[in-house]
Amino acid sequence: MNKTTNILIAGVGGQGTLLASRVLGRYAAEKGYDCKLSEVHGMAQRGGSVVTYVRFGDKVYAPIIDEGDADYLLAFEQLEALRWIHCLKAGGTLIVNSQRIMPLPVIIGAADYPEDIDARLRARDVKLHSIDAMSAALDCGTVKAANTVILGKLTAAAGLDEAVMREALLASVPAKAVEVNRKAFERGLKL
Amino acid sequence: MKKLAIGNYAVARGAYEAGVTVASAYPGTPSTEVTECIAKYPEIQAEWSPNEKVALEVGAGACYAGARALVGMKHVGLNVAADPLFTLSYTGVNGGLVIVTADDPGIHSSQNEQDSRYYAMSAKIPMFEPSDSEEARTFTKLAFAFSEQYDTPVFMRMTTRVAHSQSYIDEQPRENVPIRSYQKNTDKYVMMPANARKRRVALEARMQKIAAAVESLAINRAEYASTDLGIVCAGILYQYVKDVLPDASVFKVGSVYPLPLESIRAFSEKVKRLVVIEEMDGFIENALKVAGIACEGKNIFPHYGELTSRVIVENFLHQPSPTAEPAVPRPPVLCPGCPHRGVFSVINKLKLNVMGDIGCYTLGALAPLNAVDAVLCMGASIGMNIGAEKAQGREFAKKTLSVIGDSTFIHSGITGLIDAVYNNLNTKILILDNATTGMTGHQPHPGTGRTIYDQPAYKIDYEELARACGVPNIATFPAYDLAAAEKTIREQMQKDGVSLMIAKEPCALIKKSAAAFTVTDACVNCKQCVKPGCPAIVNGKANPYIDAALCTGCGVCAQICKVHAIVKAEKE
Repeated sequence: MNKTTNILIAGVGGQGTLLASRVLGRYAAEKGYDCKLSEVHGMAQRGGSVVTYVRFGDKVYAPIIDEGDADYLLAFEQLEALRWIHCLKAGGTLIVNSQRIMPLPVIIGAADYPEDIDARLRARDVKLHSIDAMSAALDCGTVKAANTVILGKLTAAAGLDEAVMREALLASVPAKAVEVNRKAFERGLKL
Repeated sequence: MKKLAIGNYAVARGAYEAGVTVASAYPGTPSTEVTECIAKYPEIQAEWSPNEKVALEVGAGACYAGARALVGMKHVGLNVAADPLFTLSYTGVNGGLVIVTADDPGIHSSQNEQDSRYYAMSAKIPMFEPSDSEEARTFTKLAFAFSEQYDTPVFMRMTTRVAHSQSYIDEQPRENVPIRSYQKNTDKYVMMPANARKRRVALEARMQKIAAAVESLAINRAEYASTDLGIVCAGILYQYVKDVLPDASVFKVGSVYPLPLESIRAFSEKVKRLVVIEEMDGFIENALKVAGIACEGKNIFPHYGELTSRVIVENFLHQPSPTAEPAVPRPPVLCPGCPHRGVFSVINKLKLNVMGDIGCYTLGALAPLNAVDAVLCMGASIGMNIGAEKAQGREFAKKTLSVIGDSTFIHSGITGLIDAVYNNLNTKILILDNATTGMTGHQPHPGTGRTIYDQPAYKIDYEELARACGVPNIATFPAYDLAAAEKTIREQMQKDGVSLMIAKEPCALIKKSAAAFTVTDACVNCKQCVKPGCPAIVNGKANPYIDAALCTGCGVCAQICKVHAIVKAEKE
């Protein structure tokens, strides 16, 4: 019995978390796993905190991941890592992109962006991988491929099937973006 | 072919496979994708209707005229469609008619959390509820067959999690279902008292037949495990229960109305304890209790919010949740370059009372814009304003503005406008015309001049419409031009009689960005530019700066800056 793998993807509306979850869905389908994904549409997409769930294994029931049950947390933004870290199980793996996007209370001066995020994340019982996916993606040609860098990092950290993931990724992006995404994926694997 | 798909796609696919030829809807999260997906099948004539009432009337006409038809809406849209709905159950159908209603437990993107199952009971229309995408596909097909077999419309109830989660579906070919002939049958289709009384009796007989029929439907099934605990559940709750209570026996309900009461009674007799786990109200629980089936339910679980695995673990298994780290909230915001932002900052400056409406611009109620006082339902900004004037007097109307989006105005604002003119009021109305239905993902509407197929259509001219309704004061201004906005609104607020203003600028997400702006050394760090809350302006102790990757070049901040420190960035 192959136990279920639970991946929680957290970010800010518009950061491309949906594409990452769809690539993971394609990966799971290709590997012959049962799979469920849960997406967010509507008001939360307007720059709010968004979370997407991916679950695959022999048999998957719920499309969302219970708090404390995530094996992997992919945080596309630092503050979102903090917001969702409690969903990760003890000893789980956190991949956090170093990007910071100011939420509205910070933009208007009603709150400060926390400066101690890294320390608070490290204080928890998790395997932490902090990466600068934006710079890595820019090196490959465009910051838009930051989500692909993160996906590469997950593939390496979780020991997923590289070849199948690469195929799933390249089949999910527009033809003109295949090369930059291929590069960004390789960068992510080695980060 | 097996593929991953969201529940809403699966409903569209099921309708396609069932031979549907007509589909109508008004967009609303979480139902919108049903109709977007269905419009991709050339065999189906789909339309965005101006509102849900019209959409359902289109569906009624299509099914009377012999076609299989699908009508889509969100839960609050069903309120708009309730008038035709309650009589449709009397007339029944000719071709099959399925009404998709998508509820939003947890209020992810709605103004309330209402339970559509009461509509099924109240209008006496059967309702099926799937728990994943494959069921969404197969239940939709079953619903069409059921509709024609029992001469009734049938509801497909979706909830946000089923509508927007992906799971495997097994696509099948389209069935060839010929269009039935159009038949005049006034006893059946002309609902005036003498006919309606007879149909009312027929409806009761039909419901008795259906109540017997659901007992043997395969979509209602018992899964026996431990006899210590029996769970009754429907929809997404089935998935949560299977994860969290793997040892329990489960009665999975597919027809939430009418319920297979005798099958559930038989199930209840085989288990020691019967618990109903359902999101929102105790709809199933109450029906079981009325039928004399002892059960627990809302004594354990809340009546509100999403009822996830976590809620079951906490309330039923009494295991506490992990502690979350405190984190600054990140509420949804108007996008960088959103044409509503500048207009709201002007409204805020003029210290007006504002009756708001449903759409992205509802976000104008939040800090820092704080520009909206009341939001109720689609189109209500105008009716509420009329009522407020009657309560507070004519001068109050000159300080009170209805703010409504273009799609919402067409949906149900026009009747309010006519009311204001007809009753000789001073109502002040501002249409924020961003040339799309923004919040639901940019659907066209009658004011955009495009159809669901992106074909050209007559484009409603709001000024002309207002003139035809007898509006004495009409003015249009470009939404990014703050001076024009302020001048127009100030002038119009002083006028006697109804005023209709139109702030025009397409949604920032559907047009190409202009060159970004940048903050120069002339900045005196007064923070005025930060006040409207644009996500492209990065604030801090030092001078604000503009994130060129986010800036769309709308220029609103440059107009706000008193020292002219914000300028178009030089091309590199």
